Amino acid sequence: MSACAQVFSDYALRSIGMGERLLPKADISLCDQFVLIGSGLIWNIYFAVLAVFFGFFLATAVALARSSNRRLLQWPARAFIFVIRGSPLFIQFFIAYETFVLIPKLGFDINLGFTEITVETRWLTKAWLGALIVLFLNTSAYTAQIFHGALMSVPRGDIEAADAIGMTGFRKFRRIVFPAMLRLAWPSYTNEAIFLFHATTLVFFSSFPAWRQKGDALYYASYFADKTFDPFIPYPIIAGYFVIFTLLVTLLFSRVGKRLNRHIPKERRQ
Amino acid sequence: MFEYCTDPSSLDSLQWWSCYLTTNKQIMFYQSFGTVLALLLATAPVILLFGFGGALARRSRFLPLRLFGLGYTSMVRGIPDIIFFMFALIALDQGIEYVRHIVLCPDWTEPVRQGNDFVVCAAAKMPPNNAPQWVHEVYGFFLALVGYSVVYGAFAANTLFGAFQAVPHAQLETAAAFGMSKRKAFWRILLPQMWVYALPGLSNLWMILVKATPLLFLLGVKDIVYWANELGGAKTARFTYPHGDWRLGYFLVLLAFYLILTWVSERGFERLNRYVSRGHASRGGST
Amino acid sequence: MNFLVKIAAIALAATFAVNGASAKTLRMGTEGKYPPFNFVNDNGQVDGFERELGDELCKRAGYTCTWVTNDWDSIIPNLVSGNYDTIMAGMSITPERQKVIDFTQEYFPPDPSSYVALAGTKPDLKKGVIAAQTSTIQANYVASSGARLVEFASADETIAAVKSGEADAVLADTGYLNDIVKASNGELAFVGDKVYIGGGIGMGVRKSDSEIRDKMNAAIESMKKDGSLSKLIAKWFNGRKVTW
Repeated sequence: MSACAQVFSDYALRSIGMGERLLPKADISLCDQFVLIGSGLIWNIYFAVLAVFFGFFLATAVALARSSNRRLLQWPARAFIFVIRGSPLFIQFFIAYETFVLIPKLGFDINLGFTEITVETRWLTKAWLGALIVLFLNTSAYTAQIFHGALMSVPRGDIEAADAIGMTGFRKFRRIVFPAMLRLAWPSYTNEAIFLFHATTLVFFSSFPAWRQKGDALYYASYFADKTFDPFIPYPIIAGYFVIFTLLVTLLFSRVGKRLNRHIPKERRQ
Repeated sequence: MFEYCTDPSSLDSLQWWSCYLTTNKQIMFYQSFGTVLALLLATAPVILLFGFGGALARRSRFLPLRLFGLGYTSMVRGIPDIIFFMFALIALDQGIEYVRHIVLCPDWTEPVRQGNDFVVCAAAKMPPNNAPQWVHEVYGFFLALVGYSVVYGAFAANTLFGAFQAVPHAQLETAAAFGMSKRKAFWRILLPQMWVYALPGLSNLWMILVKATPLLFLLGVKDIVYWANELGGAKTARFTYPHGDWRLGYFLVLLAFYLILTWVSERGFERLNRYVSRGHASRGGST
Repeated sequence: MNFLVKIAAIALAATFAVNGASAKTLRMGTEGKYPPFNFVNDNGQVDGFERELGDELCKRAGYTCTWVTNDWDSIIPNLVSGNYDTIMAGMSITPERQKVIDFTQEYFPPDPSSYVALAGTKPDLKKGVIAAQTSTIQANYVASSGARLVEFASADETIAAVKSGEADAVLADTGYLNDIVKASNGELAFVGDKVYIGGGIGMGVRKSDSEIRDKMNAAIESMKKDGSLSKLIAKWFNGRKVTW
């Protein structure tokens, strides 16, 4: 047990470059596999959380543009949704990486007032930024389509009621349309979040390389499959982790869903 | 292909391209588009079958069957398809060989697992070692088909289960009032109506399936991604047609292929939806 | 239609195939992405030094051979699970690999690894960013040195990374890099000292297949004795001289 505690302190944060630098090479124990694959999971969660969080805002904007009557807004939104939803994420990863590599390596100084940071285009070819951008755009398009569908089915009565009491513009959107859209979209949105979380495993197969053996869960699982030549231990471990986290995501989303539905009579809830 | 292709280094660009684009390797690339389409068309019915099995199991009144249905559908919801592909197919392959080993070589005494090795008698090998390469490829394709069907069959089961639930209960009560047996009500009332509710989910699943085909390379099938990587990689003078890194170009071709495929599919599903909704008292119904 | 016929044929083969002359056929696994050792030529066939050598070895050992390609990172698992019978993929004999599979004697002498970088640059090989192919002896070496390892799935991508400036240098077998540097027209150059890691290159077989190993060993021995192996190496590696 104490040996496993040692492994935990050595490798629990290995995926973000803390702890023991060299990966276990010989006499790989179950504990090694659980800890390191779990450590890699940090990256999967990082990708999923940030992509879904930022994606929510872009998706709302794109959905509004898509539902707008103005062609200048509608067509770019349509094209964006079509290209992303119409092509495999795997191909998007590849094309994004190859494009990012072509961008000249530059550094920009950005003055934040209190401190100055240097933003480098070189970061785009690293998974933590490049792959995140791809996942972010991907989930934005899918979510936008879901939100668009929900916007179209916001009950007419709700909007008429808002008009009747004289609500207009942003106030009407924020108080009436947006909550109704969210409530209607929630079940599909839950599915999309789970899908995206699962899609983070694809980062390993994207062209974004692993640096200093810092990788996602699948990187370590395949490392162990390669070292022990036995795929039947690491892959079921990673599968187990994902089942647990998917369950957590489902629970979290269903709580929010309940809150969104709290004013609706029970028999009409979805 | 063309006669002037014997010495590509001496050709002008138009002829060079005509030769390059018709090498055997390029033709294998073109054929792999057929492989992808074949996989899609072959798996779709099998997925529906698995989906029906799963959905009916979940509706079963027999508890173990219901639990099995529930377990099957929730397993796939929890495990990313990629992870499943990483080990399930080796397991399936070894499982088939193991069963054949027991049936075909009953007097084999050595253990099947020797250290890391998985050893079955020569007769149990699937496909047999001396089979031509295409048999191996078709077998690999068949394994991939099973893998895709198991994973996406669970999605279909979820959709179909939901669709069965969505058919208004009053319809079934009416059927019972008319004196229809449970079985007859299922075939005459439930099944035909269920499609309307299932179609959006199923068309969505088809799109998911289309976009999952680049994962074929994970299953060892030489698909369009494999050939795009292989052909696009930089080629030294060792090759007849040396060139730089052209992978971006090849992948843009794949992108176009998928966009066309999904566009055509969307149009197709729109028509199908109009067809199944006819005579249905909902927004999509025309009567 | 053709495809359906094939499906039917395989179903038949599956039901009735009992052992024919199956011991005679060997399936040779290779990567197909490591010229001049092995690559897929413009005809879509496996080609290269190992293809030519393997065919000759099969002839001498009395096997009929077919060639299959497999990704590098799963090449050993697929050998032990029986998808093919041998590996000839420029694979160095290492104690780590010998724990899992057996090797024949070497058919290619220990090949030192070299660093290649953009011509005119002087990368810091001790601390800089070094590219290597995943699960190679070079990747292991860089991980244990102080340098920053960046891993790619194929050798091709490691070179692309150096060209794009993603990595400062790449570490790989000299035999592979020679071609690359030559083809780059002065864009790439060798830098630093050679690194001696790994043994010679041998053919990998399952531990339970001692018969294949012994026969192939004998075949390699005979090719070393009559000088045909040295000739093959000279042919594929720019006249490189090897004596056994």
